Amino acid sequence: MSEIEIPVLTTTVTKMVQWARRSSIWPVTFGLACCAIEMMAMSTSRYDIARFGAEVFRGSPRQSDLMIVAGRLSRKMAPVLRRIYDQMPEPKYVISMGACASIGGVFDNYALVQGVDQIVPVDVFVPGCPPRPESLIYGIVQLQRKIDQQKLTELSSESSRTPKPLVITG
Amino acid sequence: MTTQDIVDALRGAVPEGAVEPAAAADGMPAIYVAREHADVVCLALRDLPTLQFAFAPDITAVDYLPREPRFEVMLHLVSLGIAGFGDTPKRLRVKFRVPGNDPRMPTLSGVWKAMNWGEREVYDMFGIHFDGHPDLRRILMPDDWEGHPARKDYPVQIKMTPKVYEPLQVTAEQFAANLQADRDRARRE
Repeated sequence: MSEIEIPVLTTTVTKMVQWARRSSIWPVTFGLACCAIEMMAMSTSRYDIARFGAEVFRGSPRQSDLMIVAGRLSRKMAPVLRRIYDQMPEPKYVISMGACASIGGVFDNYALVQGVDQIVPVDVFVPGCPPRPESLIYGIVQLQRKIDQQKLTELSSESSRTPKPLVITG
Repeated sequence: MTTQDIVDALRGAVPEGAVEPAAAADGMPAIYVAREHADVVCLALRDLPTLQFAFAPDITAVDYLPREPRFEVMLHLVSLGIAGFGDTPKRLRVKFRVPGNDPRMPTLSGVWKAMNWGEREVYDMFGIHFDGHPDLRRILMPDDWEGHPARKDYPVQIKMTPKVYEPLQVTAEQFAANLQADRDRARRE
């Protein structure tokens, strides 16, 4: 009987945990406007965000890692958005999707928040009006690279709450 | 049904001078109604057998800023048919002149229930008060908003940090006290 070859990989705990964390970014089910349609399209089989492990839109912020701010944010909605963000467990990430969420878009008026970074710390801005699903997938991949660069020791609540600008090379 | 037909039908049912015909570029019948007679005229429009404007789909207002009277509250009415099914629906535009120094008029929510939220919107956007309204609160803007955004003298953009409430923070002592209060309540019951 021939020797059975046992497949073994060696790695470090950090690398394995980072791999697990970036491969299971669960977004919270939270859409504000038309960008949410593209966000939903991203999770369908045509674009298939499941390839990157981020297809499980959770109905509860308690089980989510990522908040995609998909659409224009009115001043009336701002406290609600902040509350949902506060309910998410650490470590948590925010993607600002589209022109309206990032800078107010065409709605330069009294009713809308001119950029959600006034409310929550944003990790990735995705431009577009609305961004195509591919753009948002690219944003999620950028976020994965950012998670990859985070050290496990930096994941305590205070340091991860304020996103540091990370230089993504390549 | 022309504007003149409606004015003729209202004659006798409403006080003298309460109704006058209004010009309309689109040919839709339109009347001006004096705001102090708003309830009487609207009840007549709804209940007169020859009119029966039972459906009020829309209420809004216009701000003609330098002009006085400054506001016009505008109401769209539909008569769904006088002689039962098959009759042609008729539409009517009712306008009320509201001066800028005294922006108020009687509520119409007693005549058409649908006017309740519509008047709240007009109050929210234009700051026109509806006397006798059962629940005159803001409906679109946050409750603590200042000003009425659809007025011509309201700025388009305001520089103001968005209001965000801090999350509820409970100290360990408060948490224990809450727990104890719960236990005490359970013991009493």
